[in-house]
Parts: sequence; structure tokens; C-alpha cells
Amino acid sequence: MINVTKDFPLLQQQDVTYLDSAATSLTPQHVLDAMDDYYTQYGVNIHRGLNTMSEKASAEYEDTRNVVADFINAPAPREIIFTRNATEGVNLIAHSFAREILDAGDNIVTTILEHHANFVPWQQACMQTGAELKVIDVTDDTDLDIYDENGSISLDDIVTDKTWLMAVQYVSNVLGTVQPLKEIVAAARKINPKIIVLVDAAQAVPHMTVNVQDLDCDFLVFSAHKMCGPTGVGVLWGKAELLENMPPYMTGGDMIEEVYLHKTTFADIPHRFEAGTPDIAGVIGLKAAVTYLNSIGLEDIHSHEVELGTYAEAELQKAFGGNISIMGSTSRQPRVGIVAFTLKGCHPHDISAILDEEGVAVRAGHHCAMPLHTRFNGDATTRISPYIYNTKKDVDIFVKALQTAYSMLCPSTKK
Amino acid sequence: MSIYKEVILDHYHHPHNRGSLEGADATSSVANSTCGDKIKMSLVISQDTIQDIKFEGKGCAISISSASLLTDHVKGMSVNDVKGLSADDITMLLGIELSPNRMKCALLPLSALREALAQLKEKL
Repeated sequence: MINVTKDFPLLQQQDVTYLDSAATSLTPQHVLDAMDDYYTQYGVNIHRGLNTMSEKASAEYEDTRNVVADFINAPAPREIIFTRNATEGVNLIAHSFAREILDAGDNIVTTILEHHANFVPWQQACMQTGAELKVIDVTDDTDLDIYDENGSISLDDIVTDKTWLMAVQYVSNVLGTVQPLKEIVAAARKINPKIIVLVDAAQAVPHMTVNVQDLDCDFLVFSAHKMCGPTGVGVLWGKAELLENMPPYMTGGDMIEEVYLHKTTFADIPHRFEAGTPDIAGVIGLKAAVTYLNSIGLEDIHSHEVELGTYAEAELQKAFGGNISIMGSTSRQPRVGIVAFTLKGCHPHDISAILDEEGVAVRAGHHCAMPLHTRFNGDATTRISPYIYNTKKDVDIFVKALQTAYSMLCPSTKK
Repeated sequence: MSIYKEVILDHYHHPHNRGSLEGADATSSVANSTCGDKIKMSLVISQDTIQDIKFEGKGCAISISSASLLTDHVKGMSVNDVKGLSADDITMLLGIELSPNRMKCALLPLSALREALAQLKEKL
């Protein structure tokens, strides 16, 4: 298993067992150093100054595109657009593109598993344009309801020739299930070759190898802060031929070619979509994060997490038996390390508060996936999401703290 | 120090005034959007005084014990005095310091009570 705990200053300075990485991952020293170097050695603006520092900053910023493009196997660095986060990437497509093109007769397909970031923008775009929002349900086993009797994926009743876009996740932030994305995209393109496919890969990119060409999608978004990078930076990847025909989302400095009193011509991609001074330090931090993850290896990261998730499930079953219910555990899909659960008689807010008092950080609530929770009775859940710096010992500490919470909240049913 | 003091857990495990009142003068239902918890209140009021009050709902230890303590507290109080209750009063009733997030749980019953009183005003 991976052992990189020493790379994370927060874990050296705080006495905490951190199991909420699906919300935000911790930041390694390597990434902090890269951002610190920028601010202390060459912290000036990009793309304009004719001085050495600005040239260095521009080069580092632009080189991040190369590194990120390689990371997700994008054909060209100019297809990489820096945003604030995955949410902004989705909104860029929804605002710049969708609302211009969508008609009342069109439809957008999404799923009930989506994080609000890949759900609300499409719901709102449909409300504004009169287009139909079609939401793929899940089965009681939490699988997307897309399988025919033979177990093959079929979107026959969902995707039509009027489906302009399909917005779908790669990995569920609640269940940890990895969707059969390549097969879903192929099934959608079989019905409608012109369909645009946008992938929310916020929970995939930090944990497994992502290959946009192999997936055959058109857009893919993710956030730096879930993959050892800083907050405030995200990535939108899009096929050049689509991006080139999209109007800008925001206008202003840095995204123009020439400005006249009554007319402006816009810069080429990617700069057309990066108005204003960006989060330069953050983008440089993202480059360091990708370099860091690559140095460990995405395959090793993935198996490390899966092992921790599997171990956590087994330990929870051992400790709580029939009183614990783990979401997604009956799914036919493989999962990353995320484990969301309900514990009989214990409210997730109380669980997370007591765990916090015991030094264990987890997440409680709807995890920005209210439609999914509503589908399963609307009860909030408690979620753990381990990452590279966690160990089996962390899982043991968590299970022990959960037993403390259980005996406080359910004294009559003490085992 | 733990916020899960004995008094909190006691009220959570054995809440006072749980249920609903027949012939209530005012009822309300409010939800906490971050966890889906709901609290319903029903009140019997005469001579501008809360004669009886009950609550229903599901929630965490903080929201349930807050509902239990609050309903005890306001029984016999004038409507005007109840309207003057603030977040500080809830903190005092619970006897614990809460983070802003958990304060939302603690204040859910007070919101339900205010909502019920607002409806009462509409009726009059």
C-alpha cells in the first residue's frame, strides 16, 4: 500500500483522522512549495509583462495545460480551459452554449446520481429554454436503470434524435460507484451520433486513470482541490471543434484579440474562455498536483483506495451487523474507496459531530446529491472517503469512534 | 468538551411534548435543507398565552432536544414573549456552545414555532 502521509503538512500538524477527501483532499508539501515559489520568486501577472518574471509565470501557467492534457490524454493542450472548479466548467457549457442552442423540442439527458453541480445547471437551462430534462433513474441496487433483460446497456427509451446533450458522471460522490461510461457513451452515440456528452469527472480524476479519447466524450470537468491541488482551480476539457464555435462565457481582459469602440474580436481558444487574471498560483499548484499524483501512479492510488474502502466495509459490517446499511454495496459496478452509510437509530449529524470530537473528520448530509437521497427515502447519510494519505489504521480509528457514537446515541441497543 | 451532555442525550432519548394536538390553533412544518430533517409544531393558544404545545418530526439529537426544551420553556408564555425569543435563548436552554452548522439544527424548532405564530396572525 502507498505510504505518503509524511508528504502532507496538515497531517503532521493536526491530530486528525481525515476521511473526507471526496469533499476536499489535503495538500502535499510539493504543491504548497510550487505555489510558494510563484509568490516569492516570480509572482506577477501572465501574458502581458515583457519581463523575465512574467515570462516565467506565463510559461509555468501554460505548461500546466500540457501536463493536464497528458494526464487525461487530451489531443491538444489548447483544449484545456482553466476554471474555478468543476461547477464552473459545467456552467460555462450551460451558459455559453446550451442556452443559445437549446430549443423547446430538444432534450437533455442526465442521471439521478449527479452531484448538484451537474444537475442544477441543466435543470435551469431546460426551464429557461423549454427543453425537456430527462433523468435516468437508478434501480434499488443503485445501478443506473439502463440495462436490458440481457444485462446489456440500452438507452433506447431515453436518448432520442432530439437529445442535444447528455450530462453524466464518471464516479458517484455518494456511492463511489464507477459508471460504465464508455459503454453509456457508445449506446448514446448509436442512437444519436450528434449527441454532445459532458462528463463530470470530479470524483474520477483524483482516483483513477481518465482517458477522454477512450471515453469518446466531448467535454469533461474536474476540480483541482479534490486531487491534492489548491482550491479555486478547475479544468474544463472540450473538443477543439466544439470550443472554437462557442461564444465566450465571460468577456473582458485577456480573452480579446482587438477592442474597438463598438466591436471586439475574441482571442482563440483556450484564452477566449479565461477572462481576467486567473488563479495563476492555483494553476501552477494544479501542475504540481498532477506531477505528484503521477509520481505515485494512478493505478497504485486506485488500488490503495479500493483496498481501504473494502476494508472499511468489512470492519463496519463486523462492528454493526444488520444495524448498518451501506449505500451502493449491492451495485454491479466497481467502486472507489467511498463508503456512505446509515446506522440505525443514529442521525448522521450526531455521528459526524461525535466523530469530530473523537478527532475523525467525515461528512454528513446529502453530499450535494439530494435527488439521489430523495430516491432512497430522503434520509441523510454519513460518508467516509479515504485517499492516498489514509491507512488501515485510520479506518480502525474511525470504526472505534463510530462505536463510541453508537453507544452514546443508542444506549438501549448497546451490543 | 462534548456537546453531547447528559441533558441533551436525555431529551433526545425521551423528548417532552412529542406528538400533535387536536384542535390546534396553529400548526407549522419546517425543514433543514442540508439533512432533510423536519419539525412540525402544533399549538393551543388562549388569552394570548400558549396553553399547550407539541412537536413531531425526525431529527438529530440537537434538533430533537432543542424542540423538547423549547416546548417545555414556552408553555404558559405569552405570544409576544415567545416572538421575542432569539438564538441566544436557544443556546441558553441547551447549555452548550454550537458551531454555525449545528446552530441550524438547534434553531429548527424555533423556526417552526415562529412559523406557527405567523400563521396565527394571519388567521386573526
